[in-house]
Amino acid sequence: MALKIPVELYDQLRQHGEATYPHECCGVLVGEFDESGGKVVKAAVTCGNTRTDSLANRYHISPSELVRIQRDAMLAGHDIVGFYHSHPDHPARWSTTDLAEAHWTGSSYVITSVENGRAVVTNSFLLLDHEEAKHFEDELLEVIEH
Amino acid sequence: MSIKVLIPTPLRPYAGKQSIIEVNAQTVGEALSDLVARHPDLRKHLFSEDGKLRSFVNVYLNDEDIRYLNKDATPVKETDTVTIVPSVAGGR
Repeated sequence: MALKIPVELYDQLRQHGEATYPHECCGVLVGEFDESGGKVVKAAVTCGNTRTDSLANRYHISPSELVRIQRDAMLAGHDIVGFYHSHPDHPARWSTTDLAEAHWTGSSYVITSVENGRAVVTNSFLLLDHEEAKHFEDELLEVIEH
Repeated sequence: MSIKVLIPTPLRPYAGKQSIIEVNAQTVGEALSDLVARHPDLRKHLFSEDGKLRSFVNVYLNDEDIRYLNKDATPVKETDTVTIVPSVAGGR
């Protein structure tokens, strides 16, 4: 299984992390699940970080934004397939906070490390199992070049 | 009356893999009750043992968070849509 993302959307989410540095950026990945359980990203929707009390090390997407994005995605025949955020001056690995606050089982959580304002590493993690047993697994992030 | 409930992707395995489910209800609370009556596996993913919505589950009536309306007692009408969205947050 893999998360497939067109290069222009991959660049877009990395640039979002650079633009909000030293704060965390966040957004929603809209696309399709394929029959093998993999996903193809069709759009990366930029969101505001509502954790204004701790922008450098926390992110939160307004549920009202999620409602709108989910509805628009479903109208287009797509779904929310994942989320992205940045780790300013911190590795592109999930944190205990990332896991504690992750509730979309089956979705991809894409994290970009941004060091001194430049996006460095982007990794994807797949959230598995139900709330009481949830865990992340490394997920292949396949950037599609045209 | 019949209204639509939009099911987010993580809950669809417990809802017959459906993204939209029609329920019969006069209020948001009745809509959720009818939903879990039709799909009992959803219950523990939506509600805690004391019967309250789990803290990370957001329920919207159209574009409004029911916490800022009349919560479970919020009345619904035929054209309304109830949307369930788990929260999205984290950070290093």
